[in-house]
Amino acid sequence: MSDAVVMPLARAEPVTRERRERAWDVLRGVNDPEVPVISVVDLGIVRELTVEDGELVVAVTPTYSGCPATEVIEESIVAALDTAGLGPTRIRMQRAPAWTSDWISAAGRAKLHAYGIAPPGPVDRQAAVPLRFVARAPAPLACPRCASTNTERIAAFGATACKALWRCRACGEPFEHFKPI
Amino acid sequence: MPASITVSSHPSVQYLLRIGDTCLIHAQRLAEWSGHAPIVEEDIALTNMALDLIGQARAVLTRAGSLEAELGGEAHDEDQLAFLRDERDFRNCTVVELPRGDFAVTMLRNCALAIFLKLLWERLAASSDGELAAIAGKAVKEARYHQEHASGWVVRLGDGTAESAARSKAALELLWPYFAEIFDDDAIDDAAAASGLGPRWSALAEEWRAELGAVLAAAKLEPPAERAFRSTGKTGVHSEHLGYVLAEMQTLQRTYPGGVW
Repeated sequence: MSDAVVMPLARAEPVTRERRERAWDVLRGVNDPEVPVISVVDLGIVRELTVEDGELVVAVTPTYSGCPATEVIEESIVAALDTAGLGPTRIRMQRAPAWTSDWISAAGRAKLHAYGIAPPGPVDRQAAVPLRFVARAPAPLACPRCASTNTERIAAFGATACKALWRCRACGEPFEHFKPI
Repeated sequence: MPASITVSSHPSVQYLLRIGDTCLIHAQRLAEWSGHAPIVEEDIALTNMALDLIGQARAVLTRAGSLEAELGGEAHDEDQLAFLRDERDFRNCTVVELPRGDFAVTMLRNCALAIFLKLLWERLAASSDGELAAIAGKAVKEARYHQEHASGWVVRLGDGTAESAARSKAALELLWPYFAEIFDDDAIDDAAAASGLGPRWSALAEEWRAELGAVLAAAKLEPPAERAFRSTGKTGVHSEHLGYVLAEMQTLQRTYPGGVW
């Protein structure tokens, strides 16, 4: 292989790396439209940033099959990167491995909690195998407002696909729980 | 009115349509509860489940349409497959197109379907088709959650008041004959099993009976006797109900072709 081929690549690499690093910074400012305190990076749905033929390719994994926010999230990501001058940008839908709430960052969990949403605990992989036919009483959850664990689940489904509805018996406030899946 | 499309009769495409259409029509019936459920939490739950199922249907139909092109035919997108096929070209199991009935019918059907779909997605996660395997890896988690929710209701209603128990029993009598179709194999299943695309659906029957049987036992409901009746939705010959479902579901796209919002 001649130097003529190697050299441009060697020069291109730092540029590519810098573009990717700047893109990660931009994406840390793109929030989920339905939980607008947590970024797409904290949520763990941006899996990878690559540069292919000059295009910045963002690999995104959906949280739920039917999440209605998916398209909005993709548009927000492309718009933010283009505005920052990092385009052209393309989204690559990456279904496997399936997203799990375990991918939400520690910072993301703290932001959810501060927003009044109880963050998901670790996914109980054992529980998912022999499924019980009567819903088990979910493990007690700390109220994001008063920290009491005297709480109960009101509904298994909430205002968005990713949340369930709970209430705190101590402070009387309802709150949402980001479901561990 | 835009002309209806014709879909590939290749067994792999047909196998995918059976999955996608079962999810889609099931979702359409569940969505009918929006604004009508007995309590607001269930209104939200039923429509959330419909949303998961529509997401699954979109993904599987998209894969079916791209596979058509890979097999040398014309590609179709998810919207064309959902909105521009005629009744005879839908491949859903008949049970999902039956009217939503009362809450007992809806919950029993949800429970039976969620168990079936969970067992199916578990196996499809190892499909020879990478895209289908990826869809299944996500969908199985959703189906588990649906199963747990619906099972809890079947038990509460079956083992509840005299009224809820009577309605649960009636729901079981109504739906039971339609479940048999799900597990009847044909050449499409043979081809899927041979290519590694997915399991024969009969292979899920035993586990399905055991899991549903446990729920029914807890609900103090007796599984009815097997009957000779067989519905035939998977081969495109549907009950009188699907036409009405499609009329409502397809009218916008048929009236305003290509309309988007």
